[in-house]
Amino acid sequence: MDMNLNIKVWRQKNNKSTGGFETYPVLANEHMSFLEMLDVLNEDLVGLKKEPIAFEHDCREGICGTCSLVINGQPHGPNSGTTTCQLHMRFFKDGDTIVVEPYRAKAFPVLKDLVVDRSSFDRIIQAGGYISVNTGQAPDGNCIPIGKDLAGKSFESAACIGCGACVAACPNGSAMLFTSAKITHLGLLPQGEVEADRRTQSMVAQMDKEGFGMCSNIGACEAQCPKEIKLDNIAYMNRSYFKAVFSGE
Amino acid sequence: MKWIITFFGSGIGKKLLMSLTGLFLILFLAVHLLGNLQLLKDDGGHSFNVYAKFMTTNPLIKTIGYGNYFFILLHAFVGISLAWYNRNAKGQKYAVFNSMHTTWASKNMALLGSLILAFILIHMGDFWLKMKLDQLPMVTYPGIEGEIKDLYFRVAEAFKNPVLVVSYVVGMIILSYHLQHGFQSAFQTLGINHQKYTPAIKALGMAYAILIPFGFAIIPVYHFLLK
Repeated sequence: MDMNLNIKVWRQKNNKSTGGFETYPVLANEHMSFLEMLDVLNEDLVGLKKEPIAFEHDCREGICGTCSLVINGQPHGPNSGTTTCQLHMRFFKDGDTIVVEPYRAKAFPVLKDLVVDRSSFDRIIQAGGYISVNTGQAPDGNCIPIGKDLAGKSFESAACIGCGACVAACPNGSAMLFTSAKITHLGLLPQGEVEADRRTQSMVAQMDKEGFGMCSNIGACEAQCPKEIKLDNIAYMNRSYFKAVFSGE
Repeated sequence: MKWIITFFGSGIGKKLLMSLTGLFLILFLAVHLLGNLQLLKDDGGHSFNVYAKFMTTNPLIKTIGYGNYFFILLHAFVGISLAWYNRNAKGQKYAVFNSMHTTWASKNMALLGSLILAFILIHMGDFWLKMKLDQLPMVTYPGIEGEIKDLYFRVAEAFKNPVLVVSYVVGMIILSYHLQHGFQSAFQTLGINHQKYTPAIKALGMAYAILIPFGFAIIPVYHFLLK
């Protein structure tokens, strides 16, 4: 079924300009994903010799974490556990006006239209979101046995795709759900446990340095996370940080 | 020593301060309420005044009292500075924002806390200051040496004023909202989040956040209506 929609979207020329909303009509189809609908709108804009709307996308299958957007006041739109690329237009009604904004946080400055600079997340990962291994032959997958429950728990945290919806949803612009998911994912496994103290301290320090806000346990991040990362990751990070600071070297 | 300064400079370190001072103040509320419930006793203030004398003269209690003032100020100072920091970290607000699955209290802790701080100042001006400045009448009780300050009389007088009674009840509603988020949040910040215990902590927090302010609110209402 075709749908006539109005897209009220944030337009901003570059990092320096102030930006504002523009509203465009678009003829969409209920089977389109949200990003396909934006593609169609951009085709229309190009046809009208207007600048197309800049937005980020890559895999379009919900696993890369590149797409973002705050749709009608919710990061990745109204459906829980869903990325913007997996959000389909059938969840909207014919005649709707949909408000599309970029993620808002000081540590995620807007580069253009709906594109924000999320390199602060990269720098948090660079600070310790890895395990140090010698290069060479790939180690045998089963040389360190890991119980299924533990592997499962670690995997739940590893499901974080680093899209930044947690920061976008947080009224404090805090990155604690993201950082804690990475710390938990690696810290739970024997390979990652070795460097846990150092990792937690440097990732937390980098998170603060990037200018993210501080968690006040509101839970908006958990509610909006497309991968349903839980708040207990943050509790794990706090424990890990206290342990590292008070009992570490 | 550098490590401890780094720690309390970090976001998590500051949150730990909020959590620990908050938990101390939660305990203080229970003790304060237990003592103050003696204001409901129909003995002309005997037991309450004797209790008030003990609380203001016992050296151990006095020391804890100074700690309490310090923790209130620390909790308020760190809390307000965190709220200010977070406001700036968010930067520009959304034109449309739908914050499902979150409570109003959790997003307004600094506002609620500031109102509670104002309440504490008014409350201390009403009673603590009057006691410190020796503006209270004195009473004697058989079996107790010397005169003691009649704080009960001052309480009974103060709660004849309906404006004060209403503001105390409103103050306790504000406190209730602050506790509804604060109690369970303090445990989460400490890193205590477990599928076995967290539901119990949340339920206990909700019960505490309702019962303690309710207990306090009874006192002015009782004095206004029945005395």
